[in-house]
Amino acid sequence: MNIDSIQNGIVIDHISAGRGMKLYELLGLEKLDCSVAIIKNVHSEKMGKKDIIKIDAEIPVNLDVIGYVDPGVSVNFIRDGVLVEKRRIDMPQRLTNVLFCKNPRCICAVEQELDHVFLLTDRKNKIYRCLYCETKAN
Amino acid sequence: MRHLIDIMDFSVEELQELIDTANDIIAHPEFYADRCRGKKLATLFFEPSTRTRLSFEAAMYELGGNVIGFSEAQSSSAAKGESVADTAKVISCYADIIAMRHPKEGAPLVASLNTSIPVINAGDGGHKHPTQTLADLLTIYREKGGFENLTVGFCGDLKFGRTVHSLIDALSRYEGLKVVLISPDELKLPSYVKKDVLAAHGIPYKQTTDLEGAMPQLDILYMTRVQRERFFNEEDYLRLKDSYILTPEKLQNARADLSILHPLPRVNEISVAIDGDPRACYFKQVLYGKYMRMALILKLLKEAGRL
Repeated sequence: MNIDSIQNGIVIDHISAGRGMKLYELLGLEKLDCSVAIIKNVHSEKMGKKDIIKIDAEIPVNLDVIGYVDPGVSVNFIRDGVLVEKRRIDMPQRLTNVLFCKNPRCICAVEQELDHVFLLTDRKNKIYRCLYCETKAN
Repeated sequence: MRHLIDIMDFSVEELQELIDTANDIIAHPEFYADRCRGKKLATLFFEPSTRTRLSFEAAMYELGGNVIGFSEAQSSSAAKGESVADTAKVISCYADIIAMRHPKEGAPLVASLNTSIPVINAGDGGHKHPTQTLADLLTIYREKGGFENLTVGFCGDLKFGRTVHSLIDALSRYEGLKVVLISPDELKLPSYVKKDVLAAHGIPYKQTTDLEGAMPQLDILYMTRVQRERFFNEEDYLRLKDSYILTPEKLQNARADLSILHPLPRVNEISVAIDGDPRACYFKQVLYGKYMRMALILKLLKEAGRL
């Protein structure tokens, strides 16, 4: 299957097979006017199967969301058809307004203006806890 | 800017520094009677807690300082919808240090992120109560001479009991700790505390429902109240509130040098017949809480450059 290479935009590569759609939704890519391709179950030497997302525009993407959903993903920034930067995205230490605290006893539950902040407290088990009340993210 | 939001904000060395200061205050109160002259403590109590508030106020007065504040949310701007962040910014224009109690978890942390003066967490819902832990630590230190090689029994509500969680956190950093968790099944210590604190530090612990059976091995018995305000369901509270009542009969197998602690207030979980027993330390604990709050106020004001 062929998808045209992009001139100016972003390629999110090495997404674990099956997580492409979740990333698409969490990054809000459905709101874009530009071409966006989700390629699922692409053959990969390293991963067996992987998903890829190609965005045909230079837009800001929330790398924290990517690192949270699927650490190890590569984000390639393309300009004038040339790869200008490649970043491997690790689990972020801090997530702001990506996860939302559901603890009704948390200060977040009553103060609407507060950012919902989660901190990575256990990298091995990928556990994030609310900065304020330490409730574990689901 | 240093604050005290969680007991783990302070290192073991810093806790020892507070204990040493508190002991010095006990020995030489006259040396400290004027240390905070001209300084103001703001007690921002968004939910009533007479004992903790009075302890902070007594601490500041005994240091020669002054106190401003409120004792319930209805008499603060929170009733008009002001955020915790704004309240903290405003109060920092009037006071040198804040002690905040709030029913919502994390509120004192929010205050600390939005103020230019030290913030002390005086209890945030069922979450943390680090100055109670300071009181507990000074009591243990004065009763046992240190924190190493102690077997500590926690009894009652270990699920919602924030003082239990904080004391386990604090003690986990000392050598030779053993823990016995005595509670009904419904009020067991949360698994994350067992995993992240006890197991992570290699601390041996056992869970039991049998208080009398556990008694002979204990150096410290930390009793807790089943707190009505932590339950969403009144029926659950009524069913569990009388799970453990410490009576002289239950102390028959206890060691002569046992120390009985309780964060107070008690309802009926410790019989008044035990109050005269030399092993009962819970009223001394209240007094030590005031001295540790004095030591804490001094430390935070000094580090903030306000003393």
